[in-house]
Amino acid sequence: MSEGLPRENQQASTAERSGGMALTQLGKRKIEKLERLAELSAINAGERGESLWREAFKRVRHNPAAIVGAVILAIFVLVAVIGPFFVPYSPKDTRWIDQVSVARNIIPGPSADHWLGLDHNGRDVFSRMVVGAQKTLLVGIVATAIGLFFGCLLGGLSGAAYGLGGKAGRRLDNVLMRFVDMLLAMPALLLAVSIVAILRPSLVTVMIAVGVVAVPTFARLLRGSMIAQSNAEYVVASTSLGVSRPRIAFGHMLPNSLAPVIVQATLTLATAIIEAAGLSFLGLGTPDPSEPEWGTMLNDALQTFEYAPRLALFPAVGIIITALGFTLLGEALREALDPKLRK
Amino acid sequence: MRAPRFRTAGAVAAVAALALVVAGCQSERGSEQPNKPEQLVFGTAGDPKTLDPALASDGESFRIARQMYETLVAPEEGTAKIGPGLATEFKPDASGLVWTFKLKQGVKFHDGTDFNAEAVCFNFNRWYNFKGLLQSPDVTSYWQDIYGGFAKNEDQDLPPSLFKSCAAKDAGTVEIAITKVTSKFPASLALPSFSISSPKALQDYKADEIGGTADNVTYPQYAMEHPTGTGPYKFVEWDRTNKVVKLTRNENYHGATKAKIKDLYFQTISDLDARKQALRSGKIHGYDLVAPQDVKTLKGEGFNVLTRPAFNILYLAINQSGNPALAKVEVRQAIAYALNRKAIVDSKYPEGSTVAVNFHPPSLEGHNDAVTKYDYNTQKAKDLLAQAGYATGLTLKFGYPTEVTRPYMPDPKGIFELMKADLEAAGIKIEPVALKWTPDYINKMTSGKDHDLHLLGWTGDYGDAYNFIGTFFDRQKDEWGFNNPALFDQFAAADKEPDLQKRYGLYKELNKTLLDFVPGVPIAHGPPSLVLAKNVTGVKASPLTDERYYTAEFTS
Amino acid sequence: MFRFIVRRLLQLIPTLLGLSLLLFVWLHRLPGGPETALLGERGTPETRAMIRRQLGLDQPLWVQYGRFMKRLLRGDFGSSIDTKQPVLDEFLARFPGTVELTVAALIFAIGIGIPLGYLAARRRAGWLDNLSVGGSLVAVCVPIFFLGYLVKQLFAVKLGWFPPTGRQDVTIDATRVTGFYVLDGMLTGEFDAAWNAIMHLILPGLTLASIPLAIIVRITRASVLEVLGEDYVRTARAKGLTERRIRGRHVLRNAMLPVVTVLGLLTGGLLSGAVLTETVFAFTGIGHFIRQAIDNRDYPVMMGFIMIIAVIYVLVNLLVDLSYSLIDPRVRVR
Repeated sequence: MSEGLPRENQQASTAERSGGMALTQLGKRKIEKLERLAELSAINAGERGESLWREAFKRVRHNPAAIVGAVILAIFVLVAVIGPFFVPYSPKDTRWIDQVSVARNIIPGPSADHWLGLDHNGRDVFSRMVVGAQKTLLVGIVATAIGLFFGCLLGGLSGAAYGLGGKAGRRLDNVLMRFVDMLLAMPALLLAVSIVAILRPSLVTVMIAVGVVAVPTFARLLRGSMIAQSNAEYVVASTSLGVSRPRIAFGHMLPNSLAPVIVQATLTLATAIIEAAGLSFLGLGTPDPSEPEWGTMLNDALQTFEYAPRLALFPAVGIIITALGFTLLGEALREALDPKLRK
Repeated sequence: MRAPRFRTAGAVAAVAALALVVAGCQSERGSEQPNKPEQLVFGTAGDPKTLDPALASDGESFRIARQMYETLVAPEEGTAKIGPGLATEFKPDASGLVWTFKLKQGVKFHDGTDFNAEAVCFNFNRWYNFKGLLQSPDVTSYWQDIYGGFAKNEDQDLPPSLFKSCAAKDAGTVEIAITKVTSKFPASLALPSFSISSPKALQDYKADEIGGTADNVTYPQYAMEHPTGTGPYKFVEWDRTNKVVKLTRNENYHGATKAKIKDLYFQTISDLDARKQALRSGKIHGYDLVAPQDVKTLKGEGFNVLTRPAFNILYLAINQSGNPALAKVEVRQAIAYALNRKAIVDSKYPEGSTVAVNFHPPSLEGHNDAVTKYDYNTQKAKDLLAQAGYATGLTLKFGYPTEVTRPYMPDPKGIFELMKADLEAAGIKIEPVALKWTPDYINKMTSGKDHDLHLLGWTGDYGDAYNFIGTFFDRQKDEWGFNNPALFDQFAAADKEPDLQKRYGLYKELNKTLLDFVPGVPIAHGPPSLVLAKNVTGVKASPLTDERYYTAEFTS
Repeated sequence: MFRFIVRRLLQLIPTLLGLSLLLFVWLHRLPGGPETALLGERGTPETRAMIRRQLGLDQPLWVQYGRFMKRLLRGDFGSSIDTKQPVLDEFLARFPGTVELTVAALIFAIGIGIPLGYLAARRRAGWLDNLSVGGSLVAVCVPIFFLGYLVKQLFAVKLGWFPPTGRQDVTIDATRVTGFYVLDGMLTGEFDAAWNAIMHLILPGLTLASIPLAIIVRITRASVLEVLGEDYVRTARAKGLTERRIRGRHVLRNAMLPVVTVLGLLTGGLLSGAVLTETVFAFTGIGHFIRQAIDNRDYPVMMGFIMIIAVIYVLVNLLVDLSYSLIDPRVRVR
């Protein structure tokens, strides 16, 4: 590629973004592969993107890891969407507080009335877990959507400008990418914290913070993908046929470039959930602690871990399994889409 | 050639990592006995703000000051009663306005200079003559709480000073004159803020040069590196990076017993769980504010858990200056009825806690049981709200502090959640306001109008009910946002009543008035605990959190 | 090579300029404005007004920004609201701790990750392979603060093998030279102090290493697998080179490339992972201090640290790029 080493570096920075917060790093490495994928997919660019998808889907179906991931996610989404309508009690109802005494280390465990027992404030843990799944899913999806939207805006513009805009385009790309670099150079957690500092802690703020952290990843990814597309024959052909450049960019290149972005979004969902939990741990989560959210629940439960470890384990396992589901699926998708791994 | 190097590097790294792990396992015995019995490490929740107690108002600064400094009068060990300290005797004249203190002889400061009447007056005059930034309520809050203003008040809002003058009659006699009779004097002299410092050190290390510019306030050298008192321990160093203050035995201590353990360390470990784990693994030998859920566990494991008397109060403050609904007494009463305080105490507080009836602990004279009690009654709360015209649609901002536990408030978040559920059951909507304890929470809740309800409390400074109710309600305060001159007059009358029995009677009446007026809701008195290692004895719990560690020793 | 470095350093400038602008705007957007950031939320309207004048907050924004930049260039990031010390001093005092922790984490990640990844690839689909692939997938899904908590509970409290908190026992009267405690102990001959510091690094190091470890295992495995299928390895085999030599000369070395890339990225990532890990282990490095700054709304510290960390991060990545050319002669630096 024309960019040589600096491009390596861009990948490097893209890959970093994850910062201290777990998963993205894995995602990072993927980006590298994804960018390669983006380039390679340009080779058979004459065809429409769908065949690539169809083929990928076929491959995913035969990947046990993907099946496991998909099943986990199906259950999770089902619980999150329908579950809250069927919970036995309100997740905020402290009616059973008289059965709890932290000084005597008494927090009633699972029973017929309360399948997962009560928590330290005398609430039904089962109801909280189910409603918490909804909140957790919401945080993940909204955060990812924010990152996806602004990331694609930046990356798409940048990539199209670089690929089709000639000298001026490259200049625009350069400016936009410096901005992305700036976001990248801030440690993820600090970036999120700074955002929370301005906006005041709330669940919405968490979503925005986690979303913004993902913006540069998406921007880099889509840009790389678009640039790879811009060299494809169909682009050259369309240009010579006089199709308008915006039309080429957003009508053809963009749809063909989205595959790696969608894969990354799946992986980002996992990261978002873990990052949100980390923000809760730092006391930057929702200010209403009665709100059932897994990260907050986990953090609260560490206080009573010694005699009621289950209170920590339920949300922890919830977070881990869900993140794992997204990761497995995302990984499988990536592998399926990576022509180099098709062998 | 390079390849082998790679392999070697990998192998070395692997072996090193492995060796670390293996060695770690083997050194178990080594890591268990690092603390020779000459060193005691106490884990604290936060850093001290300053080591000069005159400029401090936080518990962590005081905890350290109490080991290095002494006051003219002192609480008798393990009680809230005032007894002799550096002054062996003290008595007022007939007017009650001039107090004579006989000082202990042969006492020397850590720097070798003499403690005498001159030194005492030097300290008083220093406090009285504070200028500039030193008059900021953040810097000298205790002086301003007790003595009001300064020689030259730079802020018109400051009241005239209670302190009038200090005179050294002879080396061992001091006369301190005050401007009016009050319950605060001389009991308040036992507060660590009124510790006697070495005049020489104060001068040498420029104790009053609080400095820099307003955007860069720096504490004076004295307050950071050279605190000099008369106490059983003296200062060695403050490692701010590692959050450790090191003290060592004062070999020339004037008291009957010198410190039994040579080195005393205060290490900040802000996470409660981490403190507990450090204690269990022998890295620290004690910490304060044991969570109620850990009291039982740690006792069971053989640790020395010392429980202090419940000399405190948690209250739910109601601010009347914001939401107009709260100016109506029915609404405030409804809030009181809506709260299931018994459930809060039973589920969240340690054993030995009680639901508060007055705004001060029952052990203090003046406590009144014959007041309106507001037993939990959601229906009554709803009725009262309806009566006031707020059956629906009342939304209140409710503040609580995050990431902190206080002696009177073991689990702020949990208590908030329970109260929120109770209030919502009575039809009041709650908008949570979660803030960090310092500086946000305290500042926000005690100033301005933008808060309706919040949790706050108080641990007594000395054994007088006025220290509780007077501190809260004897003047117009932003925390409560009401102006009730009749109530303020009632307080003024009680404060200047010299006859103790009569004064206690006035306190009882005040308590009755307060519980009818419901400026807030008294919630609970909870006994806070501190824990010491299994082999550390000799420390006595104090209701004022005035523990002294020079009597501590290792038994083995 | 030299020109490359210079160019990369020049590229830093727009990034940092933008970053400073962003932080400047951020500071002004804070509820209450910059004087709140400097005063905390205390102070009467009068002192506020005075401070606004003193800080020149009544002047046009671009003048303020110019002044702000001038101060930054002098290394003056202001003073911590909490400790009243200059932000740069606070950073430098704590940086060695975080470096030690990061190095410990990298040693664990590399020392365990590369051999494990290699072995997994050699015996593909064996139990070790499945275990390490599965393990590394799960490892990245565990919130790091929870992992740290469990590790501490098990190895420090239950088993008592390692200290649960801190950088060194406070009762060890160690001499400070560089601020790197392990190094200090070696330099001064206080080996017990060095050993004590090492012991304090193990649990937080392992916790912080969890994610890099998982990534390095997977990456090593993947690259070894890839390289094993490459033509030159087949050629080498055909030439009759010993398996040992093939592994050393060709497989491992070529597989090392992506690993080094990832290491560079991780070094940056570790810095911010340190916030959570250091909090859990009360390890007094920069992460711990940032946490404290968050709690105290110590904006000058947060801002200054973000700037400094950004610079370090970019420099680390520059080093990584340079190390490429040392490892792989095919990558020629322009």
